[in-house]
Amino acid sequence: MPTIADIMPLTLAVGIPHLLTVSAFVFACGVICVTTRRNAVGVLMGVELILNSANINFVAFSRYGIGDISGHVFSVFVIVLAAAEATIALAIVLAIFARHRSIDLGDATTLKG
Amino acid sequence: MNPDIIPADLMVFSMLAGLICGSALLCALSQDIVRSGFALLGTFGGVAGLYAFLGADFLMGAQLLIYVGGILILILFAVLLTQRIQHLDVTNKSVGLPAGLTIAAIIAGGVSLVALKTPWPTGPERAPNPTTARIGDALLTDYLLPFELASIVLLVSLVGAVVIARREVRPAGDS
Repeated sequence: MPTIADIMPLTLAVGIPHLLTVSAFVFACGVICVTTRRNAVGVLMGVELILNSANINFVAFSRYGIGDISGHVFSVFVIVLAAAEATIALAIVLAIFARHRSIDLGDATTLKG
Repeated sequence: MNPDIIPADLMVFSMLAGLICGSALLCALSQDIVRSGFALLGTFGGVAGLYAFLGADFLMGAQLLIYVGGILILILFAVLLTQRIQHLDVTNKSVGLPAGLTIAAIIAGGVSLVALKTPWPTGPERAPNPTTARIGDALLTDYLLPFELASIVLLVSLVGAVVIARREVRPAGDS
């Protein structure tokens, strides 16, 4: 359990623990979206939250940790891949909606054995 | 108020963190998909502000252009195209919310505990520099292979999205 001595550095200058805590919270919200949503677009929103939390981590370590540019470069790649993945996921969602008129994940049982 | 009691960067960071975390929570727990989408706008904007706070100027621009101006617009289009607007019931149902909240709390608690307890090595205090030229140099020297692979991934995903989302009007239940 975090003691007072662990919390006290949080009240001084901003550093890595602040950013990691924010990123962990956003990651948790993304996990809630991915695991509990019935709407396919809602699940995609959770995935975007998770990717943003990873980006915050990369930039935080690039700024306060190692200090070189590699964290920013990785964040650029994460943004690029998030865009590509959101495109494909939403194309699939629209195709499913055009066929079945519903994007409720509970109704997507065609492949069920 | 004595400005030395609360450091200025902590105050700015707290406002940004409040925006990000509040919007993420609203996105996760809202029962209305459109409200979740607009909460996601708050999250992306807050993260862009956080990048500016951390001196990542190119990433702030990329976040605003690609995430807010591209991905979020795409998500909102998908939300509006796949809802039957005349039905006003819950559009963003949550299933198994207590279990999901427990898992998320364990994950967030564990990671926050590690973040608080680990003695992170702090480098020397650096002034924020413009990063765009350095990112461009790195992409064409050290990270050339991932750069080319990312461009191939983008090409394939664009072609694939067009193929998948073609307008094929077939009735449901067609084998």
